[in-house]
Amino acid sequence: MALLVDKHRPRSLETLSYHQDLSDRLKSLAQSGDFPHLLVYGPSGAGKKTRIVATLKELYGPGVEKIKIDSRVFQTTSNRKLEFNIVASVYHLEITPSDVGNYDRVVVQDLLKEVAQTQQVDLSAKQRFKVVVINEADHLSRDAQAALRRTMEKYSPNLRLILLANSTSNIIAPIRSRTLLVRVAAPTEEEICSVLKVVGKKEGFKDVEALNKRIAKDSGRNLRKALLMYEAVHAQNETVSENTPIPPPDWEALIAQVADDIIKEHTPQQIMIVRAKLYDLLTHCIPATMVLKTLTFKLVPKVDDTLKAEIVKWAAFYEHRVRMGTKVIFHLEAFVAKVMRILESFLMNMDF
Amino acid sequence: MANFFDIKARKEAAASSAAGSFKTVASKEEPNRLQPWVEKYRPRTLTDVTAQDHTVTVLQRLLHTSNLPHMLFYGPPGTGKTSTILALAKQLFGPELIRSRVLELNASDERGISIVREKVKDFARQQLSNPPAGPAGVEYRKKYPCPSFKIIVLDEADSMTQDAQSALRRTMETYSRITRFCLVCNYVTRIIDPLASRCSKFRFKSLDKTNAGKRLEDIAENEGVKLGPGSVDALVRCSDGDLRKAITFLQSAARLVGAIKAGKGKEKGEGDGMDIDEEDDGMVTVKVVEEIAGVVPDATVDELLKAMQPKAKGIVYEAVSSAVTDLVADGWSATQVVGQLYEKVLYDEKISDPRKNQIVMVFSEADKRLIDGSDEHLVILDLALRVADILAGA
Repeated sequence: MALLVDKHRPRSLETLSYHQDLSDRLKSLAQSGDFPHLLVYGPSGAGKKTRIVATLKELYGPGVEKIKIDSRVFQTTSNRKLEFNIVASVYHLEITPSDVGNYDRVVVQDLLKEVAQTQQVDLSAKQRFKVVVINEADHLSRDAQAALRRTMEKYSPNLRLILLANSTSNIIAPIRSRTLLVRVAAPTEEEICSVLKVVGKKEGFKDVEALNKRIAKDSGRNLRKALLMYEAVHAQNETVSENTPIPPPDWEALIAQVADDIIKEHTPQQIMIVRAKLYDLLTHCIPATMVLKTLTFKLVPKVDDTLKAEIVKWAAFYEHRVRMGTKVIFHLEAFVAKVMRILESFLMNMDF
Repeated sequence: MANFFDIKARKEAAASSAAGSFKTVASKEEPNRLQPWVEKYRPRTLTDVTAQDHTVTVLQRLLHTSNLPHMLFYGPPGTGKTSTILALAKQLFGPELIRSRVLELNASDERGISIVREKVKDFARQQLSNPPAGPAGVEYRKKYPCPSFKIIVLDEADSMTQDAQSALRRTMETYSRITRFCLVCNYVTRIIDPLASRCSKFRFKSLDKTNAGKRLEDIAENEGVKLGPGSVDALVRCSDGDLRKAITFLQSAARLVGAIKAGKGKEKGEGDGMDIDEEDDGMVTVKVVEEIAGVVPDATVDELLKAMQPKAKGIVYEAVSSAVTDLVADGWSATQVVGQLYEKVLYDEKISDPRKNQIVMVFSEADKRLIDGSDEHLVILDLALRVADILAGA
């Protein structure tokens, strides 16, 4: 059984429920036959991928939905062999170059050139060009992005790129200036509510408006998360009412505990307890950035107003360290210790 | 180029006039449509190059003497470096010889040390190709000087490794009799000294408003794009002197406006809605340009700025954090937000200079963090809170 998220994913541009003007624009671009390179950006769970798949369908017809997974082997200059998975249909390719880390340049150079130099196989195809969808384009290394520059201009008759990214900050300017930027904003809470309602109706769940609203609020305008939470609530309870608790994900609950621990006591022993919990989170593959960010937003409401800015400041500082360094636990613990120190000195000043 | 395609289209039209009109329409449109305007309007001769008077005069003089030093072009993106060298090569060698006399390598080609050792060296070593023999050759020679050397263009040379650059050193000197190098780069500091000292340097300065604006208007006129009031200014402003960016924005805007038009035409049931003439109705407005460039609307930035004004501590945090959350959820790019916020704060007369000093420090740190790929939400929140703190006069 598929998850609700996948089951009710819109398949065509008409069925997308929000950002109507954006869908219209994509549709007319796809129909005009003059399709530019696209750079689609927006927060996660805003529907970037769904929109792109729908656009591809608009471009080529239902053929794009017949996908197969290819495994290819690339050879780097130092003769290392790289295995790389490609999701492909007759008309398009989908790649996630960040899978191969630093070697993404090799993949981008070889693969795109190969695609660009071959013509469309299917003569009855609607478009002359093929589309390459690049996931997580903001994680492409500088080299790989530089390699894209000329490729995009040189092979434009045969090739269109669609880059998907969470933000354009890490995309180098030359790429940005060669693509049409498409911003996909996260849905508003009302839009999420209406989506939940439609899905609930299809599934035959009882419609509780207040609960939907709470889910929409808790999801932080992330539709995927909202749908998953919605499914979880309905799977765990036979009948739902307004007050049915929304089970938070395990890791979030654990981070909430960590936040409580930090507030409660400011001692080295407490840091050791927190350390165990942090390790627990990390071994379950929760990214350190996510841990730090969630922890910050759990801590901030619990501390005095005058300290809020200070805590955010150090959170940003240690997040940067996490990004630059290699061992994340150091920086997470440093943050914990720092927060404890700030809280303690604040209390001491009050006391004396 | 446009002429060429027209002729081709005309020939095809003549050949298949009986076969029906649809195909000819398609073939006439396609080359025009698919070619980026950046390529289409690339300067063909040195005199076409916009706004680099000094460089162009020097190069033109060199063109007459038919002797060329090694060259190093540097300057910000979109100022015409690659265009200049390509135009120069075209004027020197003409269409027949340019293939055998010019080697262009850029970052999309493999350019490690092995390539420099093999490909570049082999090309540098090659004998010169000759212009076509007979009377045609004489004619050709009259038109193009065809000096006795080859040109190797290393585009985006700042992304070459140090090793590859040092491998070039001796190669440049050894074959200087029959080969000239032209390095094109954004940052002259990334070119190792020994290479830089072997070249005569040409700096390409960022395009000023009038020149860039004029070029954009020309192109718009050629393509039949209507420009709304102020849109040229908006294009120039959004692209910070990068003409290529400006032209791409213009094309995207025209496409967008045209595509919406075409879509509407199609819905009416008329297949010809795609025709280029239809796009004439579309008007490129300031709003469309800003949308394409990903510029954050002023209202949104102002809202954040308002939230940062001094208030009681707790309220400031709540206001700022909700403004930032919305900003991030709407998917605005953090670098763009930081840039625009910076402009606003910097030109705010009400903020005293020493405070601006402190604020700029905060901005610089935030920018560095964003470049390093830190989490955008935290960085912007931190930035906003710290600026708010400074504004409150802590």
